[in-house]
Amino acid sequence: MIRLTAITRVFHMGDQEVRALNGIDLEIQSGEYVSIMGPSGSGKSTLLNVVGLLDRPNSGSYELDGTNVTALSETEQARVRREKIGFVFQSFHLIPRLTAAENIELPLILEGIGPAERKSRVEATLDAFELRDRAHHRPSELSGGQRQRVAIARATILKPTALLADEPTGNLDHRTGAEVVALLEALHHAGTTLIVVTHDRELGARAHRHISMRDGEIVGDEK
Amino acid sequence: MNLRDTLSLSFMTVVSYRTRSLLIVLAMALGVAAVVVLTALGDGARNYVVGQFSSLGTNLIIVLPGRSETSGGFVSAALGQTPRDLTLEDARIVGQLPQVRRLAPLNVGVAELTSGGKLREVTVLGSTAELLPIRNMKLSKGSFLAHGAERSAQIVLGSVLAQEFFPDGNAIGQRIRLGDSRFMVSGVIEQQGEAMGFNTDELAIIPVEYAQELFNTSTLFRILVEARSRNAIEPAKSAIQHTLKLRHDGEDDVTVITQDAILATFDRILRALTLGVAGIAAISLAVAGILVMNVMLVAVAQRTSEIGLLKAIGAPSADIRRLFFAEALWLSLAGGAIGFALGHLGALLIRLAYPQLPAWPPVWASVAGVATALITGILASLLPAARAAKLDPVNALSGK
Repeated sequence: MIRLTAITRVFHMGDQEVRALNGIDLEIQSGEYVSIMGPSGSGKSTLLNVVGLLDRPNSGSYELDGTNVTALSETEQARVRREKIGFVFQSFHLIPRLTAAENIELPLILEGIGPAERKSRVEATLDAFELRDRAHHRPSELSGGQRQRVAIARATILKPTALLADEPTGNLDHRTGAEVVALLEALHHAGTTLIVVTHDRELGARAHRHISMRDGEIVGDEK
Repeated sequence: MNLRDTLSLSFMTVVSYRTRSLLIVLAMALGVAAVVVLTALGDGARNYVVGQFSSLGTNLIIVLPGRSETSGGFVSAALGQTPRDLTLEDARIVGQLPQVRRLAPLNVGVAELTSGGKLREVTVLGSTAELLPIRNMKLSKGSFLAHGAERSAQIVLGSVLAQEFFPDGNAIGQRIRLGDSRFMVSGVIEQQGEAMGFNTDELAIIPVEYAQELFNTSTLFRILVEARSRNAIEPAKSAIQHTLKLRHDGEDDVTVITQDAILATFDRILRALTLGVAGIAAISLAVAGILVMNVMLVAVAQRTSEIGLLKAIGAPSADIRRLFFAEALWLSLAGGAIGFALGHLGALLIRLAYPQLPAWPPVWASVAGVATALITGILASLLPAARAAKLDPVNALSGK
């Protein structure tokens, strides 16, 4: 479960103060499917980064599965990020030098899992995401949809409780976008909390809970 | 992330940026190779000089007429004033000192050697039988100016002279004319080549009394003295000085130099020279270190979004720092290893090109070269690695 209380995130642009998040209170239960929508600069990406522990709020507290994660050290936060959170980005963020299989393997290496177990888990994941025949291709040799599938496989190989997607279909055409959404929703059905940040009304509408943001505040929260 | 994965992941990175890695490894390797080759040259020169000296004989003390305070012995002494000459009687007295194992008086001159219609100007040494062991010379044939036969007209020829005058190889017992006197060839010196300016292959050696007669002189050019042991060199030197001062009416008019002192000086100079060139070569290693730093800083800038991604999938800052650190380590390790190999190859080529120069790289230089490469590489990676680890993941992911 994710519980944010009075979260504030302030950026300084020159001598101007921008309140990207302005006293956010939010609770997301485990297994929910949530979309966060709003115009550019409304703070939705910042909210996702705070939930994903990539960004530290200036004030407020964040409780993840009963632990106050705002108080954790950088190394401990990295571990929480690794084990409980999966990120899916609009631009995939695959490492160009590594093959699809090696990209998927990265979280297992960071976790310190041995090579034999890594191999079997990567194989299983490649099968589950229908990437077996692309395993030894580099990202530049993959289509957009395949790249996003690799990215999602990487994000979920350590079985995180929450999957955070920032415009996951933003760089894809309609048909591959739909495939990626179906994949994400299948993961949601398997029990993962799914939070999607998007401009796309159609994609946003598919979620079971819709949060709207404007100027760093939540202005709508419907189920 | 464990150590093995860190090393293998960074190794893959090094390999995938092939051109960049090759160039930086080359820079590193040249630095290390320069250290190895230049110290091999310096040390080779030192060993060469030491070898030349020891081929002159061990525990050698040289007595020359005239007082010259300056070191550098041979030349300045040859030009020095001679208030009182050294004589054969001086040599005899010195030979009675307990610290002296043996000695050989020495006269040098040039005379015409003729036999069977052949004629040649040769450098003639006048000496005694003791010259052979003192100067580490060996005979290939016959006998040296044998004891008790000092007053007979014997001559010992260098190998080249023997070959030129008696091509059929049986020089021993043959008659040969030197100046106006007739000599009998008693021995031939084994081929030895040049040592400290004396080419024994083209020398003729006759008994010292005959040489004095030939050159119409009663003085000696040098007395070569061999001390009983290394420890006896200094006592022998002062005893010789004392004895000759008494004989020369209290005049301190001879110079006594020891080979050890000359050798030590050369050794010091060439050691300093070796260190100097090693230092200069080490500068190129420092430059290579700066190159590594620059390359790693560029790598951090290039891979900003990758670093952000690693953080997003849960890499702690420490892991990121270690990855960049390991990458620099691989580069300098490869540079060090290749430089080591290149340097030794270079030294080998020098030895092949100049066989008389023992251009072996000293162990300390190889170790120091490689170690300096590693240390500069590691130092140079500290700043870039820290910078990578400090990157804010949100900004890094968006490429800012």
